[in-house]
Amino acid sequence: MGLWTAAGIILRRELKSYFQSPIAYVFLVGFLLLVGFLTFMVGGFFEMGQADLRFFFFWHPWVYLLLVPAASMRLWAEERKSGTIELLLTLPVTLPQTIVAKFLAAWLFLILALVLTGPIVLTVLYLGNPDVGVIVAGYIGSALLAGAYLSVGLFASALTRNQVISFVVALLICLFLLLAGWPPVVSMFTRWAPDWLVRTVAAFGVMPYFESATRGVLDIRDMAYFVSVMIVMLLATHWTVENRKGS
Amino acid sequence: MLEVRNLEKWFGPIHAVRSVSFQCAKGEVLGFLGPNGAGKSTTMRMITGFLPPSDGTALLGGYDIREAPVEAKRRLGYLPENAPAYEDMTVEEFLLFIAEMRGFRGRRARERAGETMKRCFLDKVRHQPIETLSKGYKQRVCFAQAVLHDPPILIMDEPTDGLDPNQKRTVRQMIRDMAAEKAIVLSTHILEEVEAVCTRAIIIHEGRIVADGTPEALKARHPSGRLDEVFRILTVGDEAQ
Ligand SMILES: Nc1ncnc2c1ncn2[C@@H]1O[C@H](COP(=O)(O)OP(=O)(O)OP(=O)(O)O)[C@@H](O)[C@H]1O
Ligand SMILES: [Mg+2]
Repeated sequence: MGLWTAAGIILRRELKSYFQSPIAYVFLVGFLLLVGFLTFMVGGFFEMGQADLRFFFFWHPWVYLLLVPAASMRLWAEERKSGTIELLLTLPVTLPQTIVAKFLAAWLFLILALVLTGPIVLTVLYLGNPDVGVIVAGYIGSALLAGAYLSVGLFASALTRNQVISFVVALLICLFLLLAGWPPVVSMFTRWAPDWLVRTVAAFGVMPYFESATRGVLDIRDMAYFVSVMIVMLLATHWTVENRKGS
Repeated sequence: MLEVRNLEKWFGPIHAVRSVSFQCAKGEVLGFLGPNGAGKSTTMRMITGFLPPSDGTALLGGYDIREAPVEAKRRLGYLPENAPAYEDMTVEEFLLFIAEMRGFRGRRARERAGETMKRCFLDKVRHQPIETLSKGYKQRVCFAQAVLHDPPILIMDEPTDGLDPNQKRTVRQMIRDMAAEKAIVLSTHILEEVEAVCTRAIIIHEGRIVADGTPEALKARHPSGRLDEVFRILTVGDEAQ
C-alpha cells in the first residue's frame, strides 16, 4: 500500500470526525453569521452604494483569527491527551504523511465554510455588477490565508495536550501575523522603531499579501508568501511532534 | 522474529532504559515484568517505533525500526498502555479504519473488521461509540486493533489491565491460541499471568534486565519456588530498604 493511500485514509477519518460532533455545525453557522453580519451591518455594505466584495473579504483575516484555531486546536492535542498518538504513529505510515493528512482535512473543512458564503456573493452579483475575476482572486486569497493560519494552528496543537492552550497560542501567533503587516499598525511603529526593524517585522505580515488578492491581483509573490508560511509551519509541526510526542 | 539490541533511553537526566537486549522467536510468549517505573513501557515504545531510542535499535522480522520503520511496523501489532482508541468512533468504524490503514480495501476491510469483532467478542457493541464502553470493552477494542491484521509480532503493554477475572481468562486464552504463530511480548504486574501464558519472562529493574528465563527457571532461583519472592529479591530498590 502506498504511503499516500494511508494518508488519504487518515484524511477521511479526520474530516469525518469534524462532522461527528455538533461543534462542526455550530462553527459553520457561527462563521456564516459572523461574516454575514460584519459584511452587511458593520461593513456599511448598503451605504457604500457600490456592489463589490471588499467589505466581505476585509473581515476574513479577523474572523479566521477565531475560527481557524478552533478548528485546529484538537488535531494533535487530542491525540496526545487520549494517547491515540501512540496508535497513530505506530501504524505503517510516516509522520510527514500524517501531518499533511491532518492539515488537508482541516483545510478542506475551512474551505467548505468558505464555499458556504456563496449566497453572500450571489447577493452582490444580483445587486450589482462586480468583477468576477476579483471575486475569484479574493476567494483564492482567503483560502490561502485560512491555510496559513491553519498551519500555525496545527503547530500550536502539537505543542500541548491542552486544547485551550493550543487555541490561545494559535490565536496569538496569527494575531502577530495579522498585525505585523497591517498599515495602521505599521505606521504607528514607524514613529519610534528603527526603519529596518519595522520592515523586517512587516515582512512577516499576511495583510499586504491578502489585500492584494482582494483587489484582484494575486501574483506569484503573494502565493509564495502563503505557501512558505504553510511549509515552515508544517516543518515546525513535524519537529514538535517528533520531540514532544512522548511527553 | 524480534531482536532488541542495546536499547538505551534518556529522558533528560533520567536514564530510563539501560542497554536492554533480548530476542523473541516465533512461538514464544515473553513476559515483561518489573516494578512501576522500571522502563517496560518505554522499552516497548522504542521497539514499536513510537519513541526514538537514545541508542540501540530493534529488528522486527529483519527490518530495523529506525532504518525501515514502515516495513517494520507492518509486521507489528501494538496494544499501548491504557488501551487508547478514537473515542468518538463506533467500534466498527474504528476497526474499519485500522483495517484500511493495514492495507485492506473495501469489502475485504469490512470482512476483516467483522471477523475481528467476532474473535474478540465485540459483536454486541459494534455500533456503540467507544467513549460509551466500559473499561474492559475498551481494552478489548484496543486488543482487537492490535491483532486485526494477524501480525507476526505482537507487543502488548498490560493487556489484561482493568479486566474482570472472566475477561482476563478470555484474553489469556486468546493469547495462548495465537502464540504458536507469533512472537509475543507482553508486560504485566500479575505474576500468575506469567505462569499462565508466558513461555519466558524477563524481569526489568531500573531500566536494566535483571533476569531472563523460563518461569520455571526463575522460580528455581528462590528456595520457596515462588515467582513473587524472586521478583521481590531482584527488584527491591533502595527506597524499599
Ligand atoms: N516522557 C517521559 N519523560 C520523562 N520521563 C519519562 C517519560 N516517560 C517515562 N519516563 C520515566 O521513565 C521511567 C520508566 O517509565 P516506564 O513508563 O517505562 O515504566 P513502566 O515499567 O512501564 O512502569 P509501570 O509499571 O508503572 O507502567 C520512569 O522513571 C518514568 O518516570
Ligand atoms: Mg508501563
